[in-house]
Amino acid sequence: MAYAIEIKDLKKRYDNGFEALKGVDLTVEQGDFFALLGPNGAGKSTTIGILCSLVNKSAGSVRIFGVDIDQDFAKAKLHLGVVPQEFNFNVFETVFNVVVTQAGFYGIPLELAKERAEKYLKQLDLWDKKDTQSRMLSGGMKRRLMIARALIHEPKVLILDEPTAGVDIELRRSMWEFIKELNEQGTTIILTTHYLEEAEQLCRNIAIINSGEIVENTSVKALLKTLSSETFVLDLDHSLSNVELDGYEMNLVGDGSSIEVAVMKGQNLNDVFNYLNQLNVKVVSMRNKSNRLEELFVKLIKGSK
Amino acid sequence: MSSSEIWIAFYTILRREIRRFMRIWPQTLLPPAITMTLYFAIFGNLIGSRIGEMGGFSYMQFIVPGLIMMSVITNSYSNVASSFFSAKFQHSVQELLVSPTPNWVILLGYVLGGVARGLFVGAIVTVLSLFFTHMHLHNLLLTVLIVFLTSVMFSLGGFVNALYARSFDDVSIVPTFILTPLTYLGGVFYSISLLPELWQGVSMLNPVLYMVNAFRYGILGVSDIDVTWALFIIAAFIIALFYIGLSLLNRGRGIRS
Repeated sequence: MAYAIEIKDLKKRYDNGFEALKGVDLTVEQGDFFALLGPNGAGKSTTIGILCSLVNKSAGSVRIFGVDIDQDFAKAKLHLGVVPQEFNFNVFETVFNVVVTQAGFYGIPLELAKERAEKYLKQLDLWDKKDTQSRMLSGGMKRRLMIARALIHEPKVLILDEPTAGVDIELRRSMWEFIKELNEQGTTIILTTHYLEEAEQLCRNIAIINSGEIVENTSVKALLKTLSSETFVLDLDHSLSNVELDGYEMNLVGDGSSIEVAVMKGQNLNDVFNYLNQLNVKVVSMRNKSNRLEELFVKLIKGSK
Repeated sequence: MSSSEIWIAFYTILRREIRRFMRIWPQTLLPPAITMTLYFAIFGNLIGSRIGEMGGFSYMQFIVPGLIMMSVITNSYSNVASSFFSAKFQHSVQELLVSPTPNWVILLGYVLGGVARGLFVGAIVTVLSLFFTHMHLHNLLLTVLIVFLTSVMFSLGGFVNALYARSFDDVSIVPTFILTPLTYLGGVFYSISLLPELWQGVSMLNPVLYMVNAFRYGILGVSDIDVTWALFIIAAFIIALFYIGLSLLNRGRGIRS
């Protein structure tokens, strides 16, 4: 079975000499929920730009559902739906026309285009705005409009470039519910995001790109297993003036009513709870100091420099 | 894409282009109507009555074909230049670039959109001219052929301009500093037989002269140039501009990194 996306030795050098991609190899399986992560300027948008023909590659090969973009880009594009980071629709067109017009570019007959536009605008809660000029929509609505537009030709792969940037929490959650449903129905999802907890919760596989090179490409589970230590914050029922437990890195936070504990591989939190029990202190609540994927991400990016 | 899908993509671009210039009619259709009415009233009626005949026709009758052609040229050009550049500017051109629509269909769609506006404005100006003079028609087929091909040619020019343009200034430079002088010096208001021999020769280098005169020939049956030459020149420009436009589009000039 062909991969949804198969990238081999992909290179991109811009006219100003900047080498954005230095030989990227990447595969995304069909039906995957895949995260492409990296700091700003790492090469994520360039990679996505090449996939959807907004950027010309300098070298390498790209296959989308087995179709080489150098052989038949038009056919490859049929499999791909893209939700870019920046709003890129005609702001003077109505919501309905933005979606129906996009269908026309894929050769979809007008009646079918109208049916699908109604279906996706309803699913994304935009149907009551169908006759509104798209420039009048809120940021979240514009984002959903771009998702509806990307789905109008019912692609097998949906690429979402920072889809939740600047979107409020409620809308972000409802968007992810929608995207998860799409994925469950068989659509391959490729996502770039700066919200790493989203990637951790949603994605099965992950690639981290830095300075134009893939520094990690594995499953989220496998990646999290490599985490050598995890820092927890424990909120206590009363303040302490000093904490010390052999083998554990432990610090008081603020007025002493919270502690930070670094738990290395092979250690466990029971030791910490026993220690606090001896001090007659109860743990009221507990959380990770930072997202686990975030810790790994920072390590990998630093390590690749 | 199959031929029917290609047709749908082409028709979608064309329909969107027509919808655009109809939606903003106070910017696209009204100004040429007002400007040309003023030309007819001032140059044709007031000044023209003192000039007398030109080429065997009243001055008003003489300038009508030129003014129709002038409005067709400027509107065809500016429609494609501003529409495609706006699409570049607000990145909505990416909607087309990510789709499987072939580049030649994109080019054809925008060009025919420009032709639609050029001919629509040309028709408005023609109707307005009927309030000032009666229309003489020497050769309908030639008239339609010349106005259509000229509109195609300048729409292609507008497309190439939009591909190169980096700012709105770049879109207005060509119409202001090249197109307008060429049109005014292209025999819209006078026959080049009135010019000294040297300037007659210089005028022959102006391609707009051929189009205006060929169109005037179709309507009035008089021309300063050989109409066959006009057809040849327009065809050569269309082929060259289509090739340039498509090559730039294939290379992604101004639209792909």
